[in-house]
Amino acid sequence: MKLVLGYQVDVLAKKVVEKELTKIGVSYKYHNSSQIELLEELPCPVFQKLKRNLEEYGIHIKETQQEQLIQKIKDTVSEIVHDDHYYSFKISSILSDKLNLSYGYIASTFSEHTLNTLENYIMLQKIERAKVMILSDEYSLTEIAYKLNYSSVGHLSNQFKKITGLTSTSFLRIMRRRNLLYNKINNG
Amino acid sequence: MKKINILLADDDDDDRLFFSEAIEQLGLSVSLKWVVNGAELLDYLKTPNIQLPELIFLDLNMPIKGGIESLIEIRSTDYLKHLSVAIYSTSSAEQDIEESLIHGANIYIRKPSDFDELKAILNKVITTNHQYHSSDLSKENFMMVI
Repeated sequence: MKLVLGYQVDVLAKKVVEKELTKIGVSYKYHNSSQIELLEELPCPVFQKLKRNLEEYGIHIKETQQEQLIQKIKDTVSEIVHDDHYYSFKISSILSDKLNLSYGYIASTFSEHTLNTLENYIMLQKIERAKVMILSDEYSLTEIAYKLNYSSVGHLSNQFKKITGLTSTSFLRIMRRRNLLYNKINNG
Repeated sequence: MKKINILLADDDDDDRLFFSEAIEQLGLSVSLKWVVNGAELLDYLKTPNIQLPELIFLDLNMPIKGGIESLIEIRSTDYLKHLSVAIYSTSSAEQDIEESLIHGANIYIRKPSDFDELKAILNKVITTNHQYHSSDLSKENFMMVI
């Protein structure tokens, strides 16, 4: 037996998209098969999951050029902060070289479309890397300051305190006590 | 810009009003919901099919279920443990701050009495948290005292 199928693509697309959106539990407005309005902001991992799920059906989420650029800026900052080869260079000039755009343009696009300035975002990324290094217990604060291109330990300490409101010593003490507590809970 | 969902748990009427007025004046796109104690908070968070908030502000001293107790419950519930929690308290005692952070709070805010100061603090807290929320930054080490 042979079946001859006809499709109503719009109906098909609507069903699939609605199913996937319901799965992740987001409220939305369905305008048409190529435009859906999400009523809340999705956390980044959830958005990536939705994107992957829809791709299985051959449906692509088209991101605007600006959104693509923001993501690229974030990825590049993260790459620079985590790569020790760059430690002695200025982040602004590496960013500008890598993206082939002027730093002024990169920075203004970033602050227009996120709730933060690029300078602040870079600071945050560096402090997050510092936290991981502090917790690893492998480096002294002096080594961390050097690796992350701070002019001195004092500069790193000040920025750490400015961003977290804590000294690096308090941060380490609290994280250790938190991990002890969590281990106790997980092991009954 | 899509709305940022924020949930406030505070039993004090005046404090809630103060808070929501400050949020309104920030000009950020925020949708604020509030509850009056920890029990109501957990009931709300456990409602099926709700959109979980991007950030929860939690008063320490509330009747029925307090801040720390609610925090512990959030951190030990699988589908809630990733949520950002800010403790919002009049206490600036070192012990309260440390206990809150050890039990898994991301942020500790000492409630200011000055309105403009509150606005500045909320702006910093919401925008900083949003960076963690919308990037690949791990929330595990996200800690802030303000």
